[in-house]
Amino acid sequence: MIRVNGVERPGPTSVRLLLSDYVRHELGLTGTHVGCEHGVCGCCTVLLDGRPVRSCLMLAVQAGRHEVTTIEGLAGEGELHPIQRAFHECHALQCGFCTPGFVLAVAGLLAKHPHPSETEIDEGISGNLCRCTGYASIRRAVQRAAELTG
Amino acid sequence: MKPPPFEYHAPSTVAEALDLLATLEDAKVLAGGQSLIPLLNFRLASPAHLVDINGIAELDYIQERDGGVAIGAGARQSDVEEDKTVRRICPLLAQALGQVAHPVIRNRGTVCGSLAHADPAAELPAVLLAAGGEVVARSVRGERRIAAEDFFKGVFDSALRPDELLVEAWFPATPGPVALVEESRRHGDFALAGAVRSGDRLALFGVAPTPVLADPADPTRGLTPSGDLEATPAFRLHLVEVLVRKAFAS
Repeated sequence: MIRVNGVERPGPTSVRLLLSDYVRHELGLTGTHVGCEHGVCGCCTVLLDGRPVRSCLMLAVQAGRHEVTTIEGLAGEGELHPIQRAFHECHALQCGFCTPGFVLAVAGLLAKHPHPSETEIDEGISGNLCRCTGYASIRRAVQRAAELTG
Repeated sequence: MKPPPFEYHAPSTVAEALDLLATLEDAKVLAGGQSLIPLLNFRLASPAHLVDINGIAELDYIQERDGGVAIGAGARQSDVEEDKTVRRICPLLAQALGQVAHPVIRNRGTVCGSLAHADPAAELPAVLLAAGGEVVARSVRGERRIAAEDFFKGVFDSALRPDELLVEAWFPATPGPVALVEESRRHGDFALAGAVRSGDRLALFGVAPTPVLADPADPTRGLTPSGDLEATPAFRLHLVEVLVRKAFAS
């Protein structure tokens, strides 16, 4: 069994299944996006015991000992998490493909630095690629999210 | 599925892991997986067995020992980076970890895994070499300590034997001036070239099949770096000169 978004789910059908493919194909949680599948783009970021990790660089079977949070589990049904609200307010997304990964990376960043400096923001989102907005509005969203959560 | 077929083993003690490594043919140790899983996804590696050491609680430690810090094979890079003992005793290691990939990768990657992976362009092997550290390799046959100078053998190649597990890395105190300077095309990428200073000692990375010790007064002597799409050999030599000057300017 694997605990995903607070619910015990049956483990993966194969030990070869990546965590990213497990949450998408076996649990139907398609908010976790899959871009490069080798740890470069950051789109597949999920929280493992509250810390952001790449779900394409982990086997699903390894998550059995941990609590996994995907973008679907960040806020309650029909609600926006303050980070999601900040991204919305600051127009920090365009096509949205990278957004779940960014939001969860920022969740990890703010957990560590509730009031991040500009350098800490850049470092915190440095592992995530966005190919349409550029990063200025995403940086602003991180600052706004810090205000909303702080 | 991306990774090729393998049999998965998840021992919960070091003894179990060593038994598996002693008996299985073509087994690979899976630690943080931040290098091994991409290799599997690309099918550049296809070991018959994966021995996952993430469930071995006894390997998850960071301890002050023998005038340095001992890092267990389970310790995540981000935890080592923020550890107060590491910051106090071996600031070079803490500083270097800030330049290893990205925070999200460091949440999962391990220090010992990076050393065992022995990527010639990676920071941590060069830090171990500059600091004069060593690793502890254990197998059912016993335990041996291997100095950094004797550990890195070639590109992705170390002195570890197939039945050995790198259980610990030991970094001595780095009380003198320290620096890690590198040049990469994008922040977080592997470096085109890099220099690590610990007091008067200098190690270079990205410019030879392994990290190498060099003379700060003449750092490019004997170096014949390879060229690729991102940097020619001459440019890498130029970078070494500049980076070493920066490292020793402070």
